[in-house]
Amino acid sequence: MVQDRSFASRLFDVVNYTLLALFAMITVLPFIYVIAVSFATPEEVARRGFILFPTEFSLSAYKYIFSTNTLTRSLIISIYVTVVGTIINLICTSLMAYPLSKRHLRMRSGLLLMVLFTMLFSGGMIPTYFVVKAVGLTNTLWALMIPNAISAFNLIVLKNFFQQLPEGVEESAKIDGANDLTVLTRIVIPLSLPAMATLSLFYAVGHWNTFFSAILYINDPTKWPLQVMLREIVIMNQDNFGYSNEIDPTEFHPITIRMAVIVFATVPILLVYPFLQKHFAKGALLGSVKG
Amino acid sequence: MKEETRAVNQAIETIDHPLDIKRPSMWRDIVRDRWLYLMLVPGVLYFLIFKYGPMWGLVIAFQDYKPYFGVLNSEWVGFAHFIRFFSEDQFWILFRNTAMLALYNLTFAFPAPIILALMMNEVRVALFKRTVQTLVYVPHFVSWVVVVGIFYMLLTTEGGIINELIVMMGGEKIPFLLSSDWFRPLITMQTIWKEAGWGTIIYLAALAGVDPQLYEAARIDGAGRWRQMWHITLPGIRSTIVILLILRMGDFLDTSFEQVFLMLNTMNRDVGEVFDTYVYTRGMTQAQYSYSAAVGMFKSVFGLVLVLGANWLAKKFGEEGIY
Repeated sequence: MVQDRSFASRLFDVVNYTLLALFAMITVLPFIYVIAVSFATPEEVARRGFILFPTEFSLSAYKYIFSTNTLTRSLIISIYVTVVGTIINLICTSLMAYPLSKRHLRMRSGLLLMVLFTMLFSGGMIPTYFVVKAVGLTNTLWALMIPNAISAFNLIVLKNFFQQLPEGVEESAKIDGANDLTVLTRIVIPLSLPAMATLSLFYAVGHWNTFFSAILYINDPTKWPLQVMLREIVIMNQDNFGYSNEIDPTEFHPITIRMAVIVFATVPILLVYPFLQKHFAKGALLGSVKG
Repeated sequence: MKEETRAVNQAIETIDHPLDIKRPSMWRDIVRDRWLYLMLVPGVLYFLIFKYGPMWGLVIAFQDYKPYFGVLNSEWVGFAHFIRFFSEDQFWILFRNTAMLALYNLTFAFPAPIILALMMNEVRVALFKRTVQTLVYVPHFVSWVVVVGIFYMLLTTEGGIINELIVMMGGEKIPFLLSSDWFRPLITMQTIWKEAGWGTIIYLAALAGVDPQLYEAARIDGAGRWRQMWHITLPGIRSTIVILLILRMGDFLDTSFEQVFLMLNTMNRDVGEVFDTYVYTRGMTQAQYSYSAAVGMFKSVFGLVLVLGANWLAKKFGEEGIY
């Protein structure tokens, strides 16, 4: 491509690159700040307000938040809900998406309409609460998984993905006597691993970040996932959650503790992010296929 | 001779149209696809119970629902809850707050990813582009609790870095988090910070689909970069913009409920209370089930009308629409 090398064009480039770099900085700086403060000593936080790199490295905030098992317990709950919830999501979504991808299936368009309509209209918070309660899920961790077992959007995305797979392989397997379930688990899903990876990412992030469902359906604080604890501590200022005699109260600063809790709730996502990054850009576009 | 012909014809006919193909019976199809139908069972049950169950549950909006009596024995009151809601001042406050937030988001947060994508599209250094992309996607995966939490830590008057800087420069502390004036700008800024980067993905894909020959031709005709952007790039992604706008119209009323819920406090409730948070306060904390279900139903119906309306409008202007 021939490049435009006029002065105006170069100026445009300079401004463009600067603004983009600035936006990227604004995105990242808050994270760096939070991480830096969480590792700073209480004195340093009191002395200098803005820390991007602590001069003295301290783990006191982390010692404090692990001094009782409140946060550890909610971490385990979050991991459990994320893993089990995502498995439920993947099983239910692919089981339903596969039959719907078969054009010859009777009642297919009716079922698709049923799914699509739920994307446009919903009963709302109160009736949904009563349904979840009637089914007996309130105050159990199932309330965080079962009522979101299938996302209509992800279902349609996966159905479209299945639909564009070549049919030849499936048919030859069926001639060899395999039933549809075997075809799905042995042939179709192995062929759809990129789509399944993206779907798991979206579902898993949704479960990890789940917050309002827990507020709505779970009253028992011992069953709260991490995000709810995070809100209690950071936004509602309830930071007297963990207090053990082994910790010297002068050793910590409320700000460093809150920062440490934020880091604690964010790091798992930041850890998996680089590994999944190459998948999700494609995945985000899966949904844009019409059908 | 005649009979022979008839027999032959009959034979041919049976060969050409074996019985089951001639009259494909529904029962036969269902038996053939029995595994497929079996696989549908959990999903269909899920949608019936957790999506259509609550829709049926909306009947309580027309009742004076008491959990003790259940849906079947509660008293029917017709549209009383709706009439009460529409005649209250609260209705207009909620409507104004929701519409203002939506307007802020539509004006500032909706164009942000488009502008960002256009800027990224002009970048020729691949490494720079990749780095920026990697960084700006991150906040999308972080929960609203974390985003609001970070904003709280930065903006609080008790040692928040922004207020410390303001004081250092000789200003006075601003109670951002407790101020009605700052509520809407903060919500919009958070939305941009969290979602603008992620939003570029779909536009960048659309931009990649624009025919490079068009740029070539424009350059030969002497068009500069601005004119190329205006006459080629933007028209190239117009239909993407329209489709996303329609989708956005759908959650005009309930977008980022968690975010608003987390940002709400007694000091900014006058501008921050929206339909969903009102439903939660009235329904879950004050146990006015029927009334709050009616408010929620109004919101759902209104949302449906908005999506269908936006879709109709898009088709009217010659765009593709989504339904």
